[in-house]
Amino acid sequence: MAMAIRSLLIFLCIQSIAVPTFSLYEDQAGLMDWHQKYIGKVKHAVFQTQKTGRKRVLVSTEENVIASLDLRHGEIFWRHVLGTDDAIDGIDIAMGKYLITLSSEGSILRAWNLPDGQMWWESFLQGPSDSKSFLFVPTSSKADEDNTILVFGKGSLHAVSSIHGDIVWKVDFPDESFEVQEVIQHHDSNIIYVVGFVGSSQFDVYQINAKNGELLKHDSAAFDGGFSGEVSLVSKAKLVVLDAARSTLLTISFQKGEISFQKTYISDLVKGFSGMAMILPSKLTGLFAVKTITATTFISMSSEGQLEVVDKINHATVISDALSFSEDRQAFALVQHGDSDIHLNVKQNHDWSSDLLKERIKLNQQRGFVHRVFMNNYVRTDKSHGFRALIVMEDHSLLLLQQGEIVWSREDGLASVIGVTTSELPVEKEGVSVAKVEQNLFEWLKEHMLKVKGALMLASAEDLAAIKGMGLRSSEKSKMTRDHNGFRKLLIVLTKSGKLFALHTGDGRIVWSLLLNSLRQSEACENPTGINVYPWQVPHHHAMDENPSVLVVGRCKPSSDALGIFSFVDTYTGKELKSFGLDHSIAQVIQLPFTDSTEQHLHLLIDTSGQAHLYPRTPEAVAIFQLEFSNIYWYSVEADNGVIKGHGLKSNCDGEVANNYCFGSREVWSIVFPLETEKIITAITRKSNEVVHTQAKVVADQDVMYKYISKNLLFVATVSPKASGDIGSATPEESHLVVYVVDTVTGRILHRMNHHGSQGPVHAVFSENWIVYHHFSLRAHRYEMTVIEIYDQSRADNKDVWKIVLGKHNLTSPMSSYSRPGVTTKSQSYYFTQSVKAISVTSTAKGITSKHLLIGTIGDQVLAMDKRFFDPRRSLNPTQSEKEEGILPLTDSLPIIPQSYVTHALKVEGLRGIVTVPAKLESATLVFTHGVDLFFTRLAPSRTYDSLTEDFSYALLLITIVALLVAIFVTWVLSEKKDLSDKWR
Amino acid sequence: MKKPALLQVFALFLVISSLHAFQSDELDEEFGLEGGNLQPQERILDPVVPTRSTPTRGKYSDSDSDSKIQISLEQAFGDSDFFPAATFSARLKTWSHGAQTLTKLRFSRNSFTEVEKQKFQKLLEEDEFYRIRLPSNVLNPTGKDFVISSVRASAIGVRHNGTLYSKTLNASESPINESIHLTSTKLKSQNVKVGDVFHGMAWMSTFVIHTEGVNILAVNYGPPGACPYPRQLRFPAKWSFNSHTVLKNSEQAPRTPIFAEDVPGELGEGETVPPPERSFWAKYWMYLIPLGLIVMNAMTQAMNLPEEQATGQSGAQPAAAIQRGPSPAVRRR
Repeated sequence: MAMAIRSLLIFLCIQSIAVPTFSLYEDQAGLMDWHQKYIGKVKHAVFQTQKTGRKRVLVSTEENVIASLDLRHGEIFWRHVLGTDDAIDGIDIAMGKYLITLSSEGSILRAWNLPDGQMWWESFLQGPSDSKSFLFVPTSSKADEDNTILVFGKGSLHAVSSIHGDIVWKVDFPDESFEVQEVIQHHDSNIIYVVGFVGSSQFDVYQINAKNGELLKHDSAAFDGGFSGEVSLVSKAKLVVLDAARSTLLTISFQKGEISFQKTYISDLVKGFSGMAMILPSKLTGLFAVKTITATTFISMSSEGQLEVVDKINHATVISDALSFSEDRQAFALVQHGDSDIHLNVKQNHDWSSDLLKERIKLNQQRGFVHRVFMNNYVRTDKSHGFRALIVMEDHSLLLLQQGEIVWSREDGLASVIGVTTSELPVEKEGVSVAKVEQNLFEWLKEHMLKVKGALMLASAEDLAAIKGMGLRSSEKSKMTRDHNGFRKLLIVLTKSGKLFALHTGDGRIVWSLLLNSLRQSEACENPTGINVYPWQVPHHHAMDENPSVLVVGRCKPSSDALGIFSFVDTYTGKELKSFGLDHSIAQVIQLPFTDSTEQHLHLLIDTSGQAHLYPRTPEAVAIFQLEFSNIYWYSVEADNGVIKGHGLKSNCDGEVANNYCFGSREVWSIVFPLETEKIITAITRKSNEVVHTQAKVVADQDVMYKYISKNLLFVATVSPKASGDIGSATPEESHLVVYVVDTVTGRILHRMNHHGSQGPVHAVFSENWIVYHHFSLRAHRYEMTVIEIYDQSRADNKDVWKIVLGKHNLTSPMSSYSRPGVTTKSQSYYFTQSVKAISVTSTAKGITSKHLLIGTIGDQVLAMDKRFFDPRRSLNPTQSEKEEGILPLTDSLPIIPQSYVTHALKVEGLRGIVTVPAKLESATLVFTHGVDLFFTRLAPSRTYDSLTEDFSYALLLITIVALLVAIFVTWVLSEKKDLSDKWR
Repeated sequence: MKKPALLQVFALFLVISSLHAFQSDELDEEFGLEGGNLQPQERILDPVVPTRSTPTRGKYSDSDSDSKIQISLEQAFGDSDFFPAATFSARLKTWSHGAQTLTKLRFSRNSFTEVEKQKFQKLLEEDEFYRIRLPSNVLNPTGKDFVISSVRASAIGVRHNGTLYSKTLNASESPINESIHLTSTKLKSQNVKVGDVFHGMAWMSTFVIHTEGVNILAVNYGPPGACPYPRQLRFPAKWSFNSHTVLKNSEQAPRTPIFAEDVPGELGEGETVPPPERSFWAKYWMYLIPLGLIVMNAMTQAMNLPEEQATGQSGAQPAAAIQRGPSPAVRRR
């Protein structure tokens, strides 16, 4: 023990010589990290192909990204990520040089310069009420003319100058609940028609002077049947809308100051129609599409308003907006699904029977249905018209189709990661062919000769480039086999679209991807969502012949009481092994620390009624589970009620779902926060698989402190309800932040601390015996980071060596949650200059390496900070012994060292989470950061003390040893000879 | 001589009181909040007969700085329903700034009926949960929000007889006094001793009640000290409960230190030295060591050579003599 303490002390002393930072040299960037840029699922797209050297498509996405993509390769020219609450409502191109975006429910209008993406102007639109928003950029023949942009948002119509963003005029409609559906402006006409609904049964048309916003005329008419919302503008003066029952089509004509309705029953047009219909949003003239449960029906309307069915398609179909490609000719794209391919048809508006283009595109992998299609035309080499289509698939990927082929594709589903886990790669099989070795030997020698040259500074610039290139593409790191250090792994990533990706940690490439059928829309599950992905089976004993698998958990509807879905996926092959729907809901998934004989992890699922369900459903699992039955506890946090409850298991559950794998639960403890003074904003716990190397902490003067290490601790932060809003919404007097450390087995509050004048949002990380959290101090007008360390007082007496020698210690006594050990806490706050998006901590295989905090900053970067900065025992003038221990002098703020950004020059746009995974090598930890972008790197928080650096030249060492051996041999021979000659003398 | 007598009287008093139908004991509070004027006379050192005054729940006024309220503690055996077990009587203290806090908590437990005793014994045998609950809002109990605490029946008090217990029992001359002292101040240091004192005499347990103003956030009921696992089953000698109550308020977070502008930044940054350039020695040790060895080897060779030459010249004869040593000897024979 004493020995261990001493060695630890020495180790700490060595560590304390310098605070390690993660800085790397310029040429090391990209060696062990990779960065991928994504944009998310595309919502709108506009093409910019005329009069520009580089053809591009401008897109806005559901991740609130606007981007300009290269139409040739799909690369990003430029990209902007708007805030999470700044959703984009519409985009368009104005004057041929600006991209106009409308966002935040029609309140912010921005113009971006097309070539470089710089913001040109920004306007804030105000109005009386919240409403749906609408962007309308009139097309003009003359590009340089100052067009006004019409924006409906916040209940009023604005005309905004497209040159400088000034509001030219603004119309507030007399009726506040007026919802604009369409804005119509004819070419070279000064009258704007604004049509919309008031309430659900009144139709209004306003005529507005386009020059000054004067209300010229207002007509309104009521319809008894009501409207259901979706509108299709079929011609300049005719609208088609469904009635409230969604069974009747209404044609509304509103030209010439009078409004007339014409009713057509869908059942008259479509045979065998029943139920509800839906008008597909499209902007075609003389044609619209009605979707019913069984089919999509295309209906044309003659100029007299006569409706006629032109086609009926039974598969899933998507249509694009109309595109006018020459004088008076309009076309639109129609995408249908075949068996494993998609059919792209381009038709003219008025001529349904013939196709301008008919293509059949084979998809090489499962991407689900087409969700959106955008069309663009170009002029072929033979001067005829060609068409290309940009399609958005169910898995959120983006594909460009041209000439019957996929020109490029982007996996933009990776912009919305919801769950991450890792899987080991296959073990390297024995038996490598001789030829391969021989070929490699030459390469190997060449490589090492280059390295030797580099090391001896004899290398030319060319050689240096070659050496760097070698490092970059070093075949080692992207191999598909397990490596000795555990650096190569598969990152299994679940995305919002229900697609599972396996990324290689070496270079970030997609090893396989799988759109999970169980997470796709079906009759049983209407709107399934994924929850998370968990390691299910991790073979150690049969690692050579068994593949690991992961469990994907989802639910049928976003609400928590929906039925659950299970899917098992093999991580080597990427094939779905099996999937099934559950007969209960999922409120919580608990990974139990037990495995059965086939090394499947036991999982306990808690449903919303508080029953626990055990998986896998085998008698063996139940037998294992029964052994620990009385020792399983869990907790639930009801943030809305301000209640935290602890639960324990009871006997098998009764009721209709009674089976051997279902267990009842009981409430063991509860903590009730008074709703009028406290509101739960954060609750976090320790990572269940964290490894702690030592319980003792050697402090100055050879003293020992014992960390209070319990896996059953929960950190909870509450704020006063007034202070739960944004920063600045409450005064320091009325805001307070209370933090709790709760034992989740007994409900005992170990520590409770009140920060007066502080408020959230609170980001926290819990590791070993400490918690670091980030909050805002209204008094100091600064962000603070506070650390709490918990020490076990009941073991504090075990300092006497004699006691330990004689066995009079309680170090080996089993821990029971029902005993009530005294704990002491130490706490300290420091100012931190940045706001934070996520906090995580490095984790290593054995927990020996010192910890670094990984802070996802507001600038979408990841900052690594040594845990020693967050030591609560830092004092102003540390004594010599404290210095030896590695305690830094107390400062009021935490230093941000530019070199310690692990993302170096890169940004992980829209950063949402930081995942750390231990490597096999103790000094290294793998860090995966996800947001709209993905970033992966490998860190060594205490430097690589247990391995040689990558650039270490083994060849040189080998040559030296050989040379040494030769020298020894030669000198030995020489001395032998000399001895002999001496003897003969 | 006088002292032990006094002690005996005190012990007797305690035994008598434990023979009572209920055992009421005391209280302590730990308020570190504003004011913090811990009034020593508020600690009542002897068991008190529970006040039967009518509860004045909710009937308090700001002018009335103290008013008495009663909080009912309910218990349940295993999964049974809750039923009243005891009452806490407390004083509601109204501070000048309008805040109200609970102080001066007294606890009186109802005695078990025969049925309950049997149930409790069954509970012990099955090692089921013994559960208690308190209303979360003591002024206006809604009957809905309760704070609950549970403990495995075998973990309550009596069964603790670990090594620690026997040690302190031997060492303590006047353990009884400690039981009262324990009620004061902090829980952490003396909780182990608390359990030991009454060991074998009654059920020992501790209530830790966390309050925020007049709301009870959480209650924790359990053994006062360490609880060995696996737990052993033992029945108490007497049907009485000894519990002590700790009232806890939240601590104030330590203030962030604020320094003069010039001190902190430099210190922080000066400490974090940029990663030092690896020294020549650190970079090339693997070449230098062999080189050194070769040099040393060569040196010794070179040393040997002149030495041998020197000895070869001056000491050629002796060397030769040695070499030829045996032959003369043979010759001599």
